[in-house]
Amino acid sequence: MSESMVQIRNVTKVYERGKQKIEVLHGLTFDIPKGDFVALMGPSGSGKTTLLNLIGGLDQPSSGEISVGGNRIDRLKSGELAKWRANNVGFVFQFYNLMPVLTAEGNVELPLLLTKLSAAQRRKNVAVALNVVGLSDRAKHKPKELSGGQEQRVAIARALVSDPQILVCDEPTGDLDRKTADEILGLLQVLNREHGKTIVMVTHDPKAAEFARRTLHLEKGTLVEQAA
Amino acid sequence: MTKTGFVIANLFRKKTRTSLTLLSVIMAFLLFGLLQSVNHIFDAGPNFLGATRLMTQARVSFTSPLPISMVPKLEAVPGVTRVAWSQWFGGIWQENQQLFAFAVDPKRHHDVYPEWVMPEDQWQAFAGTRTAMIAGKLVADKYGWKVGQKIPISSNIFPQKNGSKAWAFDLVGIFDGRDEDWKKRALNVYINYDYFNEENQFGKDRTNFFILKLADSKQAQQIAQQVDAMFENSPDETKTQTEKDFNLSFVKQIGDIGLIVRWILFAVFFTLLLVVGNTMAQSVRERIPELAVLKTLGFSDASVLGFVLAEAAAMCAIGGLIGLGIATLFGALIEKGSGGQFQLNVGGYVWAIGLATIVFMSIAVGLLPALRARRLKIVDALAGR
Repeated sequence: MSESMVQIRNVTKVYERGKQKIEVLHGLTFDIPKGDFVALMGPSGSGKTTLLNLIGGLDQPSSGEISVGGNRIDRLKSGELAKWRANNVGFVFQFYNLMPVLTAEGNVELPLLLTKLSAAQRRKNVAVALNVVGLSDRAKHKPKELSGGQEQRVAIARALVSDPQILVCDEPTGDLDRKTADEILGLLQVLNREHGKTIVMVTHDPKAAEFARRTLHLEKGTLVEQAA
Repeated sequence: MTKTGFVIANLFRKKTRTSLTLLSVIMAFLLFGLLQSVNHIFDAGPNFLGATRLMTQARVSFTSPLPISMVPKLEAVPGVTRVAWSQWFGGIWQENQQLFAFAVDPKRHHDVYPEWVMPEDQWQAFAGTRTAMIAGKLVADKYGWKVGQKIPISSNIFPQKNGSKAWAFDLVGIFDGRDEDWKKRALNVYINYDYFNEENQFGKDRTNFFILKLADSKQAQQIAQQVDAMFENSPDETKTQTEKDFNLSFVKQIGDIGLIVRWILFAVFFTLLLVVGNTMAQSVRERIPELAVLKTLGFSDASVLGFVLAEAAAMCAIGGLIGLGIATLFGALIEKGSGGQFQLNVGGYVWAIGLATIVFMSIAVGLLPALRARRLKIVDALAGR
C-alpha cells in the first residue's frame, strides 16, 4: 500500500464571494496510498467537501498540485477533466443523486454511455455491478420504489460500474439510519478490501469513520491530525 | 438504455406538463399546415392545366361590368366553342340570408355548364319564362322551395325601375350536380338575365364576367392571352383566368390573404415560443442537480448542452410532425368535403417549411436553457447555489 494514489502538494483553495475572498484550504500537503480507505472528518466549514471535490476533479485548486493515479489533474482543462473523471473516479453522494426517470439498471448504465462498449456488454457490466451491491432483484425499479439504503447501493453500483481507481464519497450514510448506514459502510469496506478500491470518504459520523483504515482531521482548512 | 432513450425519459418526466405543451405545439403546427397551404394557394401563379372554361372579367375589377357586345368577338376566338355570361345579383332571402344569385342567359348557361343537371322541360321553362329562376338542390332544400313557387328575393345592389329592391321570381326548376363533387356545389340561384336587364335601374347590357367554353383545355393559356390582348388599350380591358383562379380572386377581395395568414402564424408561433421556452427553462431549472451529476459522471459541457437541445428538438419534432400530419389529413378531408372547392393540399412545400420551422423552434426554445446547463458549475450546482 506504499504507492501513492493521491498526492496533494501545497494545495490552497480560495473562493470569491463578491469582493470577499475566502481561503478554505491553506497549503495542504499529504498522500493517500493506493488501496487506502480514508475518512475525512472535521467540523462544518473545515474544507472537507472542498478537498474531496478537488481529489475527485470536480473543482480546481487555487494553487498547488494534485496528482491522482499519476495524473496531474490540476493542469487539466474542463473537457479533459470530464474525461478523466469518467475513466478514473466513482462518486457517491449523501442524497444518492440518482436520475428519477431511470430504473436502477438505467442509472448504473449511465456512466457506460460514455464508453464504446456495446449495449450487450454494458448490460453485462451493469448486472455485475448490481450483483456486487446485492441489488440484482431490484434492477427494474425506479429510485422512488427503493428504500434509502437501496438507493445508495444503486449509487455505489453506478460509481463502480466503470471500474474506477478511486471512489470519493461525500457523507454516504448521512441520510440513512444506523443499521442501513452500517450495511453501506460494510459494502464500502468490502470494495476496499476485496476489490482494492481506494476510497476517500467525508463524514461527520465517528462510527462511520471506524470503517476506514485511517482518518484525516481537518480544521479551518488545515490538516490537524492523522489517526490510524 | 441509449442517450436517445434518456432524452425521451427526461422529456416525459412530468407527463401532464409535457402533454399540454405538446398539445400546444400540435395545435400550432396544425394551424400552420392549414394556413400555410391556404397561403400557398394564394401565392401560386396562374395554372391553366386542365382548364375547360375560362372566366373573363374587367381588368380593374370584376365589379366593373363589361358590355354584352363583346360576346361575338369572344366567340370568334379560335378554340372558344360557346360564351355565357353571369351578373352578380346580390340576392337576399327573407331577413338577411345571402344567396349566391346570378343573372344568366339560360340557354348559354346550360351549354357552358353541362355539370348542372335538370329536366329538359325545366331548362326550357327557364329560357321561356321572363321572371324565371332556378335554384341549386342544396339551397332549395335548405329553404324548402318547390318548383312553381313565387320566390321573393331582394337585391342589395339593384333596384327595379320603380325604385324597389324587392324582386319576385318564379321557381321553374331545381338543378343538381352531375357527380358528387358538383352536387356539393349546388348552392347557386340563377335568374333570367333578360328580365333583370330590362327591369334593373342601373346600367344595361353589361355583365360582371363571361364564361368561355373551350374546345381543348391545352389551349387555355393561349386563349386567355389572346382574349386579353384583343381588348388591350380599349375602354374595357380584360383579365382572363381559370375558374379556380377566378374563385380565389373573390376571396382576395377581403385583403392581402398572404399577409393576414403570415400575421396569424407569427402570433401563433410567438406565443408557442413563450410556452415551450418557458417549459424548457422550468424543466432545466428543476434539474440543476441532475445535470450537475451528469457532469460529475464525466459528461462534457457539450454533451449536457446536447441533451437539453435534444429534449427541445424532440418536443418540437413530436408536436410538429403530429400537427403537420393532422393538418394533411384535415386538408384532404376539407378538400373532399368541399367537392374540391377548397384545395387545402398540405403538400411537400408546406412540409418543407414546417420541418424548417421545427428546426428553428427547437433552437429558439432550447438554446438558452441548454447554454445555462452547459455553463453549470458542478460544485455550485451540487451545493444548491
